[in-house]
Amino acid sequence: MSFEPKIVAFLCNWCAYAGADLAGVSRLKYPANIVPIRVLCSGRIDPEFILHAFRNGADGVFIGGCHPGDCHYIKGNYHARRRILLTKKLLKEMGINEKRLRLEWVSATEGRKFANVVSQFVEEIRQLGPLEAKK
Amino acid sequence: MARVGVFVCHCGLNIAGVVDVKKVAEELIKEKDVVFSTTYAYMCSDPGQNLIREKIKEHRLDSVVIAACSPSMHEETFRNATRDLINPYRLEIANIREQDSWVHESKDATEKAIKITKATVEKVKSNEELEPIKIDVERKALVIGGGVAGIQAALDIADAGYEVILVEKEPSIGGRMAQLSETFPTLDCSQCILTPKMVSVARHPNIKLLTYAEVVGIDGFVGNFNVRIKKKPRYVDIDKCTACGDCEDVCTVIVPNEFEFGRKPRKAIYIPFPQAVPAAYVIDEQSCLGIAPLRCGECAKACEADAINYDMQPEYIEEKVGAIVVATGYDLYDKNNLVEYGYGEDADIITSLEFERMLSAGGPTQGKVIKPSNGKEAKKIVFIQCAGSRDKQHKPYCSSICCMYTAKHALLFKHHVEDGEAYIFYIDIRATGKNYEEFIARVMEEERINYIRGKPAKIYRQGDKIVVEGVDTLLGKSVKIEADLVVLAMAIVPRNEAKDVARLLKVAIDEHGFFKEAHPKLRPVEAVTRGIFFAGCSQAPKDIPASVAQASAAASKVIAMFSHEKLEKEPIVAMFGDACTGCRTCFYICPFNAIALDSKGKAYGIEALCEGCGVCVAACPVGNIKLPNYEDEQIKKMVEVILE
Repeated sequence: MSFEPKIVAFLCNWCAYAGADLAGVSRLKYPANIVPIRVLCSGRIDPEFILHAFRNGADGVFIGGCHPGDCHYIKGNYHARRRILLTKKLLKEMGINEKRLRLEWVSATEGRKFANVVSQFVEEIRQLGPLEAKK
Repeated sequence: MARVGVFVCHCGLNIAGVVDVKKVAEELIKEKDVVFSTTYAYMCSDPGQNLIREKIKEHRLDSVVIAACSPSMHEETFRNATRDLINPYRLEIANIREQDSWVHESKDATEKAIKITKATVEKVKSNEELEPIKIDVERKALVIGGGVAGIQAALDIADAGYEVILVEKEPSIGGRMAQLSETFPTLDCSQCILTPKMVSVARHPNIKLLTYAEVVGIDGFVGNFNVRIKKKPRYVDIDKCTACGDCEDVCTVIVPNEFEFGRKPRKAIYIPFPQAVPAAYVIDEQSCLGIAPLRCGECAKACEADAINYDMQPEYIEEKVGAIVVATGYDLYDKNNLVEYGYGEDADIITSLEFERMLSAGGPTQGKVIKPSNGKEAKKIVFIQCAGSRDKQHKPYCSSICCMYTAKHALLFKHHVEDGEAYIFYIDIRATGKNYEEFIARVMEEERINYIRGKPAKIYRQGDKIVVEGVDTLLGKSVKIEADLVVLAMAIVPRNEAKDVARLLKVAIDEHGFFKEAHPKLRPVEAVTRGIFFAGCSQAPKDIPASVAQASAAASKVIAMFSHEKLEKEPIVAMFGDACTGCRTCFYICPFNAIALDSKGKAYGIEALCEGCGVCVAACPVGNIKLPNYEDEQIKKMVEVILE
């Protein structure tokens, strides 16, 4: 049986979650490996959540926020960007491939983009195989 | 122990055609704390909603998860339908349609639906019961700026029965519109339509007009702003002054008049323009000889009304207001920046606003179109549109009104100088308002104005003439025009003071200095910060109808706010514990200035300002801040359930 990665997605309420909804409304298929958690802002995402996901067996973590300049909360996404960069460094230190953490800007109108980036991400994680720590 | 009920919606075949809804319900009932689960064809229908209500009562449910469409569709519907039985925040939606059944194949979708619903159960179990936050509202508005936008906003709010404080930094209200000659496309005289409004402001019992005044401090939040206003000393008592002008006659100091862009002199004691409101003189303390230390005192001697007082001091006024309308208006882009068009070096190259004054009957030339260098009538004028606009070297945006007013300028010029010739250099003609295109057509066809598509390459003086060289890009031919006068349709920029106002209000301005609206389409007159609204050119370049419309829109937002006994807001706001170490991380990153420091330097939240983004929650190094219903533990639990 081929490897089916487990992926947690944190989506901001105003852009990425709405973009994911639009992918649904547009019936754009993408792999079901990704399970969403809705947060109000990508700036709410504590690096701790990401580590917690990997600790509990996630093979990848996806973060979706508003495009720079479009944040519903003015600049939450900028904080998210910094934190994700930092977390990537941390993952590297821990021996986890930083590609397993992905931040994407998805607006409420980008259903197509959401489906595309999620499909790519799932495929990329599939190629990477199960989380290093699990092997 | 929570008692959770799970209701799985078929949504006809939208969900049930892909997801095995029965299986979802069966799996969920096995979960801890779930005491009931079922499926139904359409949960959002009346019988569906009744089913939920019945089961809440029957099973004494205190939490509900509805596995259905996106929360953006029906979260509100279901929360309202059960409001009297359970707290709205104890009802959550598991989105198994848009983010599951519509995008996945059958087997995967069922599994994912179970995960999503389980995670939602985890969340709802520890959701807090919340009530909307109630905020008092001071039913008084502050309007900053007394141009046509500020005037309109003030009048609309005052007419609705609420008090308004209108602050204008100049000695008179009226703003830019007071400087215009006639207005496109109807050619109404600008003063004639504006002056009655200015007078209404002065006479309105609900409006407190503060001219020659500036806002110097603002704190507080929606419904409760504390404003500090500085009234500059005018040295003339506006209640006593009769605007007779005796003082002006005896004043010996002559300086350029700012209202006329220096093209007409004024005295040190002056009235900005004849229709000024308030109709009272003002002493310019920079040039007056009488203030101190050597007194001239001639004007005071001449004033029969005894209105002049050289000892006037700045006055500070404190006001509490519930809402603020910002209408600080516009300026023209600095002419000195357009070196290629030779401004600043030649008297016969002027800006569009100077030309407005020239066309005005009350202006420096009484409506005669002249060459400023020699005072003779100008026979040939070149108008240049987009002077600084739509130009990456200057301002990349379109200033929106120049196509229209330049056409108006050319038309009025032809009416003033019958044998005059007018040339207009343009990039495109943008005439999108009501009757605008027709106006442009009229100017082009009836008035025989020469439109040349292209930007001039070079402007220089040759003897008595100003030579404009360029290319007519439609004909592909170079053109060279020897003109008497060149009028530059300068780019519109925000007033210099706008950035100070933005700083005081703690609201965002865009890269060009215009105030940034909360949403470019759906919230075009509001700031992100609640209780602050924008009108007129402070937000973006716009014409008079749009400024007036936006002002009325801002006023209606203020009036709607004031019509409530108390303001309500979403109760999902950051909550602070007592472990604060005073590091100030949250204080600096909060986008809404919703975090303050107490006397010991410890952070606390201002719930009226907090929007609940949670940026501070994730940043606090000691975990002292929490966001109800989006708490760390809840989110981590959801992660665990998803990865089981």
